[in-house]
Amino acid sequence: MEHIRTTKVEQVKLLDRFSTSNKALTGTLYLTATHLLFIDSHQKETWILHHHIASVEKLALTTSGCPLVIQCKNFRIVHFIVPRERDCHDIYNSLLQLSKQAKYEDLYAFSYNPKQNDSERLRGWQLIDLAEEYKRMGVPNSNWQLSDANREYKICETYPRELYVPRIASKPIIVGSSKFRSKGRFPVLSYYHREKEAAVCRCSQPLSGFSARCLEDEHLLQAISKANPVNRYMYVMDTRPKLNAMANRAAGKGYENEDNYSNIRFQFVGIENIHVMRSSLQKLLEVNGTKGLSVNDFYSGLESSGWLRHIKAVMDAAIFLTKVLIEKDWISFGHKFSERCGHLDSDPKEVSPVFTQFLECVWHLTEQFPQAFEFNEAFLLQIHEHIYSCQFGNFLGNCQKEREELKLKEKTYSLWPFLLDDQKKYLNPLYSPKSQAVAVLEPNTVSFNFKFWRNMYHQFDRTLHPRQSVFSIIMNMNEQNKQLENDIKDLESKIKQHKNKQTDGVLTKELLHSVRPESPTLKTSLCFKEQTLLPVNDALRTIEGSNPADNRYSEYAEEFSKSEPAVVSLEYGVARMTC
Amino acid sequence: MEFAELIRTPRVDNVVLHRPFYPAVEGTLCLTGHHLILSSRQDNTEELWLLHSNIDAIDKRFVGPLGTIIIKCKDFRIIQLDIPGMEECLNIASSIEALSTLDSITLMYPFFYRPMFEVIEDGWHSFLPEQEFELYSCSCDEWRLSYVNKEFAVCPSYPPIVIVPKSIDDEALRKVATFRHGGRFPVLSYYHKKNGMVIMRSGQPLTGTNGRRCKEDEKLINATLRAGKRGYIIDTRSLTVAQQARAKGGGFEQEAHYPQWRRIHKSIERYHILQESLIKLVEACNDQTHNMDRWLSKLEASNWLTHIKEILTTACLAAQCIDREGASILIHGTEGTDSTLQVTSLAQIILEPRSRTIRGFEALIEREWLQAGHPFQQRCAQSAYCNSKQKWESPVFLLFLDCVWQILRQFPCSFEFNENFLIMLFEHAYASQFGTFLGNNESERCKLKLQQKTMSLWSWVNRPSELRKFTSPLFEANNLVIWPSVAPQSLHLWEGIFLRWNRSSKYLDEAYEEMVNIIEYNKELQAKILPQLIPSLLLEGGKLQRCKQS
Repeated sequence: MEHIRTTKVEQVKLLDRFSTSNKALTGTLYLTATHLLFIDSHQKETWILHHHIASVEKLALTTSGCPLVIQCKNFRIVHFIVPRERDCHDIYNSLLQLSKQAKYEDLYAFSYNPKQNDSERLRGWQLIDLAEEYKRMGVPNSNWQLSDANREYKICETYPRELYVPRIASKPIIVGSSKFRSKGRFPVLSYYHREKEAAVCRCSQPLSGFSARCLEDEHLLQAISKANPVNRYMYVMDTRPKLNAMANRAAGKGYENEDNYSNIRFQFVGIENIHVMRSSLQKLLEVNGTKGLSVNDFYSGLESSGWLRHIKAVMDAAIFLTKVLIEKDWISFGHKFSERCGHLDSDPKEVSPVFTQFLECVWHLTEQFPQAFEFNEAFLLQIHEHIYSCQFGNFLGNCQKEREELKLKEKTYSLWPFLLDDQKKYLNPLYSPKSQAVAVLEPNTVSFNFKFWRNMYHQFDRTLHPRQSVFSIIMNMNEQNKQLENDIKDLESKIKQHKNKQTDGVLTKELLHSVRPESPTLKTSLCFKEQTLLPVNDALRTIEGSNPADNRYSEYAEEFSKSEPAVVSLEYGVARMTC
Repeated sequence: MEFAELIRTPRVDNVVLHRPFYPAVEGTLCLTGHHLILSSRQDNTEELWLLHSNIDAIDKRFVGPLGTIIIKCKDFRIIQLDIPGMEECLNIASSIEALSTLDSITLMYPFFYRPMFEVIEDGWHSFLPEQEFELYSCSCDEWRLSYVNKEFAVCPSYPPIVIVPKSIDDEALRKVATFRHGGRFPVLSYYHKKNGMVIMRSGQPLTGTNGRRCKEDEKLINATLRAGKRGYIIDTRSLTVAQQARAKGGGFEQEAHYPQWRRIHKSIERYHILQESLIKLVEACNDQTHNMDRWLSKLEASNWLTHIKEILTTACLAAQCIDREGASILIHGTEGTDSTLQVTSLAQIILEPRSRTIRGFEALIEREWLQAGHPFQQRCAQSAYCNSKQKWESPVFLLFLDCVWQILRQFPCSFEFNENFLIMLFEHAYASQFGTFLGNNESERCKLKLQQKTMSLWSWVNRPSELRKFTSPLFEANNLVIWPSVAPQSLHLWEGIFLRWNRSSKYLDEAYEEMVNIIEYNKELQAKILPQLIPSLLLEGGKLQRCKQS
């Protein structure tokens, strides 16, 4: 709290990001220990969690006041105008402090209290159990076993305690291999495909330099290969462009020398490093924030940012991976590559949109296979939201060891039970477990299948979204169908009872009473227009036939020599609570 | 029969047909006067029926004695036929070429087509101008039907009946016609019931370099304004282009002569620029090997979505003038048969709920495209694979349909029809067994006696069995004006048209089916619960009566 100098500023303007006529909402800005809150004259609230703030920028003073631009990690961008410069400066300074906490203990997760008791909290943390996950995959088995080598985080700090390795790989081999790998990340099992008896392993780059080799590492890879005798080859996929891998040799790192590893095939898949990714995303966001963006600028921006190219590269790699799995071959990774939902909580958070990219790849899959996923787009968006919210303990810390030291399980809460509680919002109404029988999805990665993910990068720019969402209608209808089924069953049994008993109206009254109030027949509108695409935005309403001034063809407004109609901007900057 | 001369080889055996996402089929290829037919000998199961008029271009290749013909269709599909024997292959190729480019309209398939279905309602009489005018009955004191163009003498591209201001007589209309490009004097396109504002359309005024003016024209336009009101003239050309038009005798309304009107220039591209855009776009979509950068830059270079944005923006602007500013508008470009119609018809989609129903949309196409004289015959003669750079071929109508699709995507519940309806209209505009899109205007259609000699598309579409395919299960009538977003992030490539043949839509179709199932099931449950509620309500009533008696 010591960072907050001003808690309330009145007469602040919130500008519409895309309006060329500088349309604005006036309201009051509040600064709390955890949130920045803006309440406009229509009592709509905009909540911004301090942890979501990526950058705060104070622009040059204008006649109407001091502009303050806040960019958030969840791609919200707000543009305030604070009447007095001093207030602006105070808020600016406070936000700078509040958005970059030096200590983990200052993060929201440590103060967030959702009124759960300890056992509920514990259950929340136990929802996803890695051992259970591996058991589902059929591990341990005759070829793979749990290794206690990293029990005390002695071999690798960034790996969890429990690791699965080939049964024939002895501890000295593991230790030896880890010394040869960057940050000690030796090859471990990531995913096991039970039917094909094929495995995905992951590790970091070898510290080979120009010529170094490590017999233990070669043994370990050999052991992995032998852990499935069915297959002749094992693939090592290096997710970097080959050039990067070669360049790394100068720093004493590099890639495996094919001559030293038998029966192993090497493959570079060309996924750029985190720095390239970060600037790529930045570029994309810059272009999309332009006022009066033309179609050509949009596409050339999309192209020059290279973002979709990176997404395609990741997808292509994943497909190669699955193909290889089908071919019953073994494969191992030369770089970290998270690809399973269950592993979310074991993956490090980095200052790079790697995780966003992963979510986007999943989204592309859901677009191509609308019935294959049990969850919907809102689920992905919500997870993304919380990676940066620091509200739950799941994504804090860089590795399992750090998380244990932070005592996250005692001091913070897990996100998963909260998502599960709200399950309804995140279920895909079209999900069909039948199509799961196809099991392995074979996505099409021809370039034209990749689209700009508007609902992620413009999730707060409501004017850009469809005004009616088929998805939420179907979601509601699915719910309504379940309700109706119950009602019908209820009525049928009661009428039957009634006929049998031939009693007077008392029962009927009860019968009617039981059905009428909540019966969906009484609110039978097909389109629940108030529903929105993103369930997190409960306060939002998609209203069709909204003001044309919300859209960008209204630039002629001044020409009409009329003052702009006093209609509310309904879609931008409306309330959204993160908790 | 003339066709016999054109068909050099009517039949070839052992032809192999390759289509994307289907296994190759071997069968017998037959050429008839209007169709290319391939039937496999196994119970005639696999068959291809292709209208010659749907063929846009063909390529032939030879490897030894095996010839290959690649057929590129106007609906963007590409199929391949492997034909044994060089002579047969050459014969087939030249026959197809001749049959797909018939000179005479009266040789086209619609003149030979005999429907196999029962005609419930003759589509030629479904949308009569008199009936359409009746819908505007509240405006009868301001507007009237004029038969001045009965013999197509005043304006060859207008229908015989048009709606004009009541205070302007036919004599004045004749004079105005001489002042407007192609005789296209301003006529009513849309009447906004909410506030009585109107959209009018016309050809450009023929002011020329010396600033010719026409009193009757000024009077006509002003007659559409209510007392104290101002209006807007939307010129679909840039100011420069409009100024250049003066050298050729065209021009634009000088504000000095039309003081109650303000002119806005909104540039919408036309003719071959659009055609080239389409060619580039389809080429980009057909190449599966493009890497991401190449694909994006090709998509951008095609400019297709830029055209979409321009057209939609102008239509939104027109709608905004009418609904928000309470001002009437006049729209024209040069001829008033292309970009003008895109804008007037899209503005109606935005403003008028009726035009978002199946029937209303058909009426809109009939009124704003067919009767308004959009030259379908010229514009749709060739599609994306043609090599000829004719000035008059242009995907103006396809762009309109694409814009409708963009709005439909943003307001999926506000349209009675679905995407398939739009795709069907696209197909029939380019190749059809029906006479609806033949000819360039009503005058030509009249001379061709299409009503007597061909079947109307609407006769086929408006039967319940067909309508079912084109009806959106999500539709819920909505009386609001719908304002679409025109931001680049909100505009999409119309995959249903442009990627239709380039990827399997199996999973998307299945998901759509599932969606329909959920909606159908909901209706079923709703229907089931009502009769359950009624007896219980009756019982309740009975009890009340008993209470009263006691």
